[in-house]
Amino acid sequence: MTINQLSIFMENRSGTLIKALELMKKSKIQIIASTIADTAEYGIYRIICSEPTRAYKELKEAGVAVALSDVFAIELDDEPGRAADAVRTFSDAGLSITYMYSFLLNGKGILIFRTNDNEHAREVIILNNLKFISESDLSQWK
Amino acid sequence: MLLTNANYKMSYSNYFNPELETMPVGQLHELQLKRLKQTVRHCMNAPFYQKEFQKRGITPDDIQSLEDIRKLPFTTKEDLRENYPFGLSCIPLKDCVRLHSSSGTTGNPTVVLHSQKDLDEWANAVARCLWMVGSRPEDIFQNSAGYGMFTAGLGFQYGAEKVGMLTVPAAAGNTTRQIKFIKDFGTTVLHAIPSYASRIYDVMKEEGVDPQKDTQLRVLCIGAEPHSEEQRKRIENQLGVKAYNSYGISEMMGPGVAFECQEQNGLHIWEDYFIVEIIDPVTLEPVPDGQLGELVLTTINREAMPLLRYRTRDLTRFLPGECPCGRHHRRIDRLQGRSDDMIILKGVNIFPIQIEKILLKFKELSTDYFIVIDTKDGNDIMTIEVEINQMFTDDFIRLQNLEKEITRQLKDEILITPKVRLVPKGTLVTSDEKKAVRVKDLRKLF
Repeated sequence: MTINQLSIFMENRSGTLIKALELMKKSKIQIIASTIADTAEYGIYRIICSEPTRAYKELKEAGVAVALSDVFAIELDDEPGRAADAVRTFSDAGLSITYMYSFLLNGKGILIFRTNDNEHAREVIILNNLKFISESDLSQWK
Repeated sequence: MLLTNANYKMSYSNYFNPELETMPVGQLHELQLKRLKQTVRHCMNAPFYQKEFQKRGITPDDIQSLEDIRKLPFTTKEDLRENYPFGLSCIPLKDCVRLHSSSGTTGNPTVVLHSQKDLDEWANAVARCLWMVGSRPEDIFQNSAGYGMFTAGLGFQYGAEKVGMLTVPAAAGNTTRQIKFIKDFGTTVLHAIPSYASRIYDVMKEEGVDPQKDTQLRVLCIGAEPHSEEQRKRIENQLGVKAYNSYGISEMMGPGVAFECQEQNGLHIWEDYFIVEIIDPVTLEPVPDGQLGELVLTTINREAMPLLRYRTRDLTRFLPGECPCGRHHRRIDRLQGRSDDMIILKGVNIFPIQIEKILLKFKELSTDYFIVIDTKDGNDIMTIEVEINQMFTDDFIRLQNLEKEITRQLKDEILITPKVRLVPKGTLVTSDEKKAVRVKDLRKLF
């Protein structure tokens, strides 16, 4: 239901993104999806990748401010309107989405998100029989 | 009748100079005034002070109370440099028996002259300190400070001999040999700078020596380098000792100026040797007790080269209240950096150490920080860059709250709201640089 996401703390200064990417390259980590959220001062670079636990360890050893966190990963049919349907389910249950991004995997849309109440979100996913992916679905890039 | 060692131990006083150390405050002030008057008169033998007194239109007779010390001129390190080498000498050179000199990174070094009486008094002050932390003639004292011009070598040497300890003048370096001496001679009291005490522990570990089982170390005197309470506790636990903070300054003599007692709560500064002031480095006015300021010392017990109101540039504060140890000499807080580092912003004096103290409380931050002062639209702005360490979590709200909390606590301490900027670890200066530059002032001075 959830997968590991890497979050890297980044300063808004040229050269910081490339530094993180070079480290991932050196460790032969495949980036599957990523997004940068920014404020005026700093940003958080969030990444779904092939081996998040190893990537986390190696980035940490290199002195990078990095966190590993569980995010929900819902699988949707690749057609218009499915994201709206999924988010509606959560919204009707009174849940808020803190952030969200998406990508395509094996012809399916994957919605990555965090909510304000993870336990409640789990219940909603089970109750509504929503499909989700797990870490092993990403291991084909290992 | 011959006494055994055990009997000796029972008969020791807690004080090396019982009368002077426990003298009631009133008497201590009388003694200070007597010695201050003598000192000021004696200073008229130095051409430098003659000129300074003339400039101010004062004579030694103007000193009638301790408060009158504020009529006297300050003396600075620059004064010592400009009058290099012997311009502040108050006795003929033939009556001096030693000189110490501090390295001058810019210009002339400073020279401090000593008569035989000065050396005896110095040894007495150090002996008083060593006795205060529990050293007795049965102890074996090892000094790992550099000998020669560095005052902590000879200063501790003569003081330890005065206590009557067997002394091991091991001097600096050769850690393996230091450890062999500690083990073979049964060293119980060690003097070392804090970083070297840690180094000794590291090498002991490498060599399979357990300081708590294989040595008899019990007292460690540490000084010369600023260190935190955490550092002290760590060294104490590692070596299985009690560590006491020592403060010395070569212009005053060297070690023996102030020292912690066994309460480990502030350093007693010997007021029969010095008149102690703590001033605002800008207004030069005394600060209230408890407030951080620059330590200013007047020697009242020296022959060769007395100094009036010497600006040490060291920052500290008076600790209020009586000390349970029974000594009435006031206590100063552990030294907190240099007044040269002071920043003036919107009329407020700020010391980087105040900022550092707050930042250390946040476990989300590394120990590095960087302060930038700049002017924007005519307003001075202080930006403090702090490093997020690996406690980082994927949560903007928490980062924003952290930023707010740091800002709030800093404002409480420095009375100005700084702009706090979170940056990733490793962005700022690394702490292994010997003297990390932590402040950048970009303000244009008109």
